[in-house]
Amino acid sequence: MAVSIPASTATVDHTPTIRGRSPWALAWQRLRRDRVAMVSLAVIVLITLMAIFAPLFATVTGHPPNQQYLTEATTPDGLPVGPNGSFWLGADDLGRDVLVRIAYGARISLGVGVLATLLTVAIGVVVGLAAGFFGGWVDTVLARLIDVVLSVPFLLAAIALVSVTSPGLTVTILVIGFFGWASMARIVRGQVLSLREREFVEAARSLGASSVRIMFVDILPNVTAQVIVYATLLIPVVIVTQAALSFLGLGLQPPTADWGGMIAESRTDYTVAWWFVVFPGLALVVTTLAFNLFGDGVRDAVDPRTTP
Amino acid sequence: MIRFLLTRVALGIFVLWVITLAVFGLFFVLPSNVARTLAGRQATPQTIDLINHRLGLDRPLWKQYWSFVTKALRGDLGYDYYHQVAVTRILGQAAPITLSLALGAAVIWLLLGVTNGVISAVRPRSLADRALTVLALFFYSMPSFFLGLMLLYLLYYKLTVAGHPWFPPGGYVPITQSVGAWAQHLILPWLSLALLLAATYTRLTRSSMLEVLGEDYVRTARSKGLREGRVIVRHGLRSALTPVVTQFGIDLGQLIGGVVIIETVFSLPGLGKTAIDAINQQDLPVIIAVVLFASAAVVVANILVDVGYAFLDPRVRLH
Amino acid sequence: MSAMTDCRRESRHPLLALDAVTKTFHERGVRGARVRAVDGVDLEVAAGETLGLVGETGCGKSTLARCMTRLYDLTSGAVYFDGEDITHHSRRALRPIRREMQMIFQDPYGSLNPRRRVGSIIGDPFVIHHVAGRRDRKTRVQELMEMVGLNPEHYNRFPAEFSGGQRQRIGVARALALQPRLLVCDEPVSALDVSIQAQILNLLSDLQEELGLTYVFITHDLSVVRHVSDRIAVMYLGRIVESAPTEEIFSTPRHPYTRALLSAVPIPDPDASDSRTTTLLPGDPPSAVDPPAGCHFHPRCPRAQERCSLDDPSLVPVLHDDVVHVTACHFPLHRGEELVGSEGQPRTDSETRS
Repeated sequence: MAVSIPASTATVDHTPTIRGRSPWALAWQRLRRDRVAMVSLAVIVLITLMAIFAPLFATVTGHPPNQQYLTEATTPDGLPVGPNGSFWLGADDLGRDVLVRIAYGARISLGVGVLATLLTVAIGVVVGLAAGFFGGWVDTVLARLIDVVLSVPFLLAAIALVSVTSPGLTVTILVIGFFGWASMARIVRGQVLSLREREFVEAARSLGASSVRIMFVDILPNVTAQVIVYATLLIPVVIVTQAALSFLGLGLQPPTADWGGMIAESRTDYTVAWWFVVFPGLALVVTTLAFNLFGDGVRDAVDPRTTP
Repeated sequence: MIRFLLTRVALGIFVLWVITLAVFGLFFVLPSNVARTLAGRQATPQTIDLINHRLGLDRPLWKQYWSFVTKALRGDLGYDYYHQVAVTRILGQAAPITLSLALGAAVIWLLLGVTNGVISAVRPRSLADRALTVLALFFYSMPSFFLGLMLLYLLYYKLTVAGHPWFPPGGYVPITQSVGAWAQHLILPWLSLALLLAATYTRLTRSSMLEVLGEDYVRTARSKGLREGRVIVRHGLRSALTPVVTQFGIDLGQLIGGVVIIETVFSLPGLGKTAIDAINQQDLPVIIAVVLFASAAVVVANILVDVGYAFLDPRVRLH
Repeated sequence: MSAMTDCRRESRHPLLALDAVTKTFHERGVRGARVRAVDGVDLEVAAGETLGLVGETGCGKSTLARCMTRLYDLTSGAVYFDGEDITHHSRRALRPIRREMQMIFQDPYGSLNPRRRVGSIIGDPFVIHHVAGRRDRKTRVQELMEMVGLNPEHYNRFPAEFSGGQRQRIGVARALALQPRLLVCDEPVSALDVSIQAQILNLLSDLQEELGLTYVFITHDLSVVRHVSDRIAVMYLGRIVESAPTEEIFSTPRHPYTRALLSAVPIPDPDASDSRTTTLLPGDPPSAVDPPAGCHFHPRCPRAQERCSLDDPSLVPVLHDDVVHVTACHFPLHRGEELVGSEGQPRTDSETRS
């Protein structure tokens, strides 16, 4: 049953509305104008392409990633060859093509980076939401749990976990996710606690909305901004952590190509064969740097503050 | 204030207890090959059983845990499985190395990071600021093991080959033996650990200082005619340092992780390396001791951070 | 049951009735402070009327509003909506009641979720109560927008794109979606500019006429409440101290506090304003954590005597007043009487300034 009064009797408000867009659109606009962030995004895209098209590298150079070219790739002294026409970035101590292995290594780094971050975010957001929203004993228990997990020295625990199971890709992802969620949960919880007191939550309650509905429809959209920022800045941390685990021999096992593992393998010969520690290392640095810069850009776009 | 400290300490002990439970649980849920490794390839099942019995591994789980706790509270952390060396002695040998590494690096990164951050904040957008920001970003994105290897390559290998063997490739010399050699062996490890973190602290201090310097009370101090240096140090720095202190607490706690990597790269027989070896051999008493030590470090660091807060921010004290 | 309710029993029951409603907040911990924000309030609102609830900041009116709409649980007492006791209703039992009783909030910037589109915000009640499908919803929301004076084409805009006054209109639209009978307005215009206030007040008044709404209008601003209310209840530190039809409150205030409030309302005529004696109440409003014994107002009351600190006055008609005019005071004012101190002198501006 529609009730309407003719427009003439209603006091119509004639203030012109501001032409604007949603908070997301505005953030995206700000991001687009940030040149550093856009360049980093381009780099990230390039690296992703490299990862996706890794087999292409193998075809073009003619060297599959795990193929050992013991004769062609060594100098007469038995040392691996440096960058030359055939091996563009040189060869490693087993005669494998460094360039191709870097390309394949990108798959690992990016894959773990994204997957582990997603896992962390999923767990962290759910826990943070529950703790912040329900309060009471739920919050007390979860907050203590967060404290305990955050007190554990991460790398040590990761090493311990990985070593009692067998090292490998899945375990690495699980381990990182298993410990990473606590930081995210703490941030989300803090946000939810302050959002809970806002009047629009009260308004929703007075309309008769259920707690679950309020949590997902009213609170969650206000939390996602922070979550996205944190997640973007989490990816480079994950990438470096995974590389570190591989470096210590607890991540992927040879002969799989992965940047951390390559650096570990280079330890014996790096003094004479600098290329196969430098190039994987540079790959790591560039990727991490790109994500960090992009993450900074995202943070500034989502939550702009005046800069001097 | 005392009550505050006591609650924190109580909480810390609780956390440590939970961690011991977790480590124990983990260790015994998963298959253990200790006896088998000790006994060697040719061992018969009886030998394995005997070893298990001697190590006390055939007792029910809760009994082992209980015995561990009671002994630990008396200061006896048991003996390692393989060589029957007192765990306290193992810790005692490894700890000074790790502490030298960690604390030395901490001093460097704090000094470097905060100073650079302040310089950047005081002259924003200047050449110094931009240069420092770029450097900070660069080092911030560099994994510590890569940095370590690069430093080794450039400062050890290249220099030595060029006739200047200033830096050793690794190993440790106790400070009691020779302060000079001690430092010389530790400089590269310190740098590998510190440059990274210094970058974080530069960024953090910079943004925090910028925020504080824009506040009204700083403007008031300036307009009172105080010298700029005094304004910065006395009025600005104190409040700007709060997030730095927080971060420091977090980093100190997580430091043992970073230490593990550096000790591996530079062959320093500290706690990190001890831990890895123990984990690979499933040497439970050592594992527990190291994990406990590290967790205790985190707890203590957090408490110190809270005390630091109270010192910096009088409002916290009154609470 | 209070005297008020007894006398009214023969008439049809009020839309909203509060019986000795008390709400106490406890700070956490054993030694936590107890704040008795609402202390034994009796109120009635008849269908179709507007009850104005006035008081200073901190007197408990917002808490009372939330008790009325059962956003808070009561510590003691009862709330009746259309004769039904909703005091202990579970959230599920309250759902149908929520369609009939809605709230409008004070802060136009805080009461709307910044990340949701306006159409979605207004349409929320439809979704929550499963009333209309998507297409139907859009039409209804746009009708509502038109009804409150907003452009229905702005359906997809975000709250940030509207002015304060417009946002309050959005809040009104949202409250009206399910055609409630009672609207509790918690300081709906306090956060707006004066010119916009007038617009919103007129809107509320028009809507009341068209839709037969009942309002509880909460405010600290006496000039506003005079404009919109049929009856006024004055609140002080958790208690109702006086309640009467609007004009009677203004012409014949009985309670010293009411008198003091009235004397502070600005009069447009400068001469009349000058000749008026403004009664300034000494002291600050006491805190609700540790309220004074007896009549809550006695420490600041120029007429207070010993009895006032011992005996809680009950809310009853005084001085031959009609049953609709109740006051809680041992020494109520006569018509035209000035608020004098115990020395017999009115306390004027100049005196208190010395």
